[in-house]
Amino acid sequence: MNTEQQNTAAGPELVVGVSPHIHSGASVERIMLDVVIALLPAVAAALYFFGLNAARLIVTCVATCLATEWICRRLMGRNNTLGDFSALVTGLLLALNLPPGLPTWMAIAGGVFAIAVAKQVFGGLGYNPFNPALAARAFLLISFTGPMTTWSASCIDATSTATPLGMVKEAFKAGAPAPFAMDGGLTLDFLLGNMNGCIGETSAIALLIGALYLLYRRVITWHIPVAFIGTVAIYAAILHAVNPAASMPVHFHLLTGGLMLGACFMATDMVTTPTTARGRLIFGVGCGLLTMVLRTVKTGAYPEGVSFAILIMNAFTPLINRATRHRIFGAAEAAKREARK
Amino acid sequence: MKVSPAPFLFRGGIHPPDSKTATAALPLKDLPLPARLEVSTSQHLGAPAAPCVAVGDRVTAGQLIAKASGFISANVHAPAAGTIAAIREAPTPTGRTATAIIIETDADAPAGEPPYKPIPDWREQEPRSLLDRVAEAGIVGMGGAGFPTHVKLSPPGDKPIDTVILNGAECEPFLNSDNRLLIERAAQVLEGCQIIRHILGAATLCVAIEDNKREAAAALFAAMKATPGDNQIHILKTRYPQGSEKQQIYSVTGRTVPMGGLPMDVGCVVENVATAYAVWDAVVNGRPLTARAITVTGDAVNTPTNWFAPVGTSFADLVAASGGARDNLAKLIAGGPMMGFALPSLEVAMSKTSSGLLLFPRECVRPYRSMACINCGRCVEACPLGLMPNELSQAAEADDIDEAENRHVMDCFECGACAYVCPARRPLVQHMRRAKAVITQRRRAAAQQKKT
Repeated sequence: MNTEQQNTAAGPELVVGVSPHIHSGASVERIMLDVVIALLPAVAAALYFFGLNAARLIVTCVATCLATEWICRRLMGRNNTLGDFSALVTGLLLALNLPPGLPTWMAIAGGVFAIAVAKQVFGGLGYNPFNPALAARAFLLISFTGPMTTWSASCIDATSTATPLGMVKEAFKAGAPAPFAMDGGLTLDFLLGNMNGCIGETSAIALLIGALYLLYRRVITWHIPVAFIGTVAIYAAILHAVNPAASMPVHFHLLTGGLMLGACFMATDMVTTPTTARGRLIFGVGCGLLTMVLRTVKTGAYPEGVSFAILIMNAFTPLINRATRHRIFGAAEAAKREARK
Repeated sequence: MKVSPAPFLFRGGIHPPDSKTATAALPLKDLPLPARLEVSTSQHLGAPAAPCVAVGDRVTAGQLIAKASGFISANVHAPAAGTIAAIREAPTPTGRTATAIIIETDADAPAGEPPYKPIPDWREQEPRSLLDRVAEAGIVGMGGAGFPTHVKLSPPGDKPIDTVILNGAECEPFLNSDNRLLIERAAQVLEGCQIIRHILGAATLCVAIEDNKREAAAALFAAMKATPGDNQIHILKTRYPQGSEKQQIYSVTGRTVPMGGLPMDVGCVVENVATAYAVWDAVVNGRPLTARAITVTGDAVNTPTNWFAPVGTSFADLVAASGGARDNLAKLIAGGPMMGFALPSLEVAMSKTSSGLLLFPRECVRPYRSMACINCGRCVEACPLGLMPNELSQAAEADDIDEAENRHVMDCFECGACAYVCPARRPLVQHMRRAKAVITQRRRAAAQQKKT
């Protein structure tokens, strides 16, 4: 009898492992891929409205993020994580958060910062406390304030080189009336994305289509976007009701700045946001409040509020998680029983 | 009699594909008597039974071969007539080893009288005598844990039981053993439930069954018409783990078992379908628990079958009777896919708690890499207990066992819902088990220290 036969007689090699022995099939790769798919309408809008500049920034940021991820993992002696697509998502999100005219080398600096400093320093995907793309945007904004707030007149709105939020803030600061009226035509332009702004934030409609896809795929839940956007709407409605002359109507605040991109894609980044439904509602409300405070406080120099609002709330995520743990099945009943004793 | 959707629904849970169609319509088949049975003395929770036969002894079918040793233990009987060939250590389907009594069976032995006196007039009997019968017959919870049934049916005087729940959820994918028992022997199962109700002096019998088992529900409905007393059928939404005792009590009655407590704390006793059938058989026919229904299925077995097989049948015999395993067999699971045990070999014998044997092909056992938690919260959503599996797993990983204990890891009953949904494929159940094992060990050591 040779050994090979003996092996057959002993039966097949069986795999042992801890239960459960079946799996839903969900994977981090698929989640990240879904985010990429959901961003495609926004990418298309960016290319349509900002043309070659958008293409240049997207290619630069994605390539930089992928390369930085690969190099960091190698330097740290860790496994290659390009396959989880998280660096691809970060690259895309970063590009969509940049103004069209930003020099290429600054975009590269942003990509390196996002992956190396905001993500891999902490240990990589899952360990980063702040959204890497937003952290990089904040880094660029502080380091290169000029280029990060220059809105080229090459955009369709040739009359002004500021964003709508910027124009409004300047006007109200100077005590002037609103610089434009939110009539039907302008609202439609804003909805489609025909205005100054970061290349991926202007088209509310494209972003909402992507968000619906993420909801359908159950990558995100409704809690954060609804709480975030809802809070902004209520806050803006109250301001407008109290002082219509020195404030903008609700739909202006919903359609401008990074609100849709932030609420649907950045504030829903699972790594840096709370895990429970209640926690997500708190997170969303917090983002909404901070956004409106930053946007409307007249002493503030900066007209946008979304990125910093999300970053600040990212810092509160561990605290919110702690405060919103689920009620454990039978815990209240056990406490009652203890009390009776 | 009342038929209604279950009025409540526990939080969390998952919807795995039920994978039951391969065997759902197959009637239970009696397994031809194997030449050899390996009957373990530890088929239940608690102390193993003590063998009361010696090698070389002739035994008759149903003869007591190992006696319960202590209150939380259970008798073990010979499933068939034969000769004791050996008494030795053998692996159990739950991955432990225990003393087993090996019987060379005698297929020609006459059937003989049942070992215990049948009590067809159980309604006229004292509950005490019926309870003794349940204990004599070695009946244990056949849904998985194997808790001795006579202990469950002896609640202390200050815990009156008003509701008996028949757990017909069978929420584990692939399994049909309970389902078939209900379809084919609903009247017997229901009579078993009534015996249990009689023993406990409970007023209400609730049958809980998932809404994907229409045939079984119809059989129950027909059988229940002839059943006196307050009887209810509750149709549960199909959702894993509806079959978990505490979740089911909540779904059916809205009562919440206190953390660390037992069903009797809220006046309930939950019994599994196979257990109720065994109670009927023991009381009405005088037969001890020596055989059960078991589903053999999966894509790596040639002929998926629902067997009614003697306890102690080796899984190798069971698979051979089911047309044999296919070449692509890669994983063997005793029990269901969510909470069952992966076995290293077919040379393990089935026990009183073996409801299924799954043979998974290589395609279903692909290797995977587990990643860092991405905080997606799906496990938090899935946990039927409201635990935070993400935090518990991270605490266990960091060896912060105290933190895991403070966050109630000991309440986890390892249903696996968290690991099923985890996109990072984290070994969450493994982490829970490790933390629980360390804590149990610590508590034992602390108790020991107190004594000395």
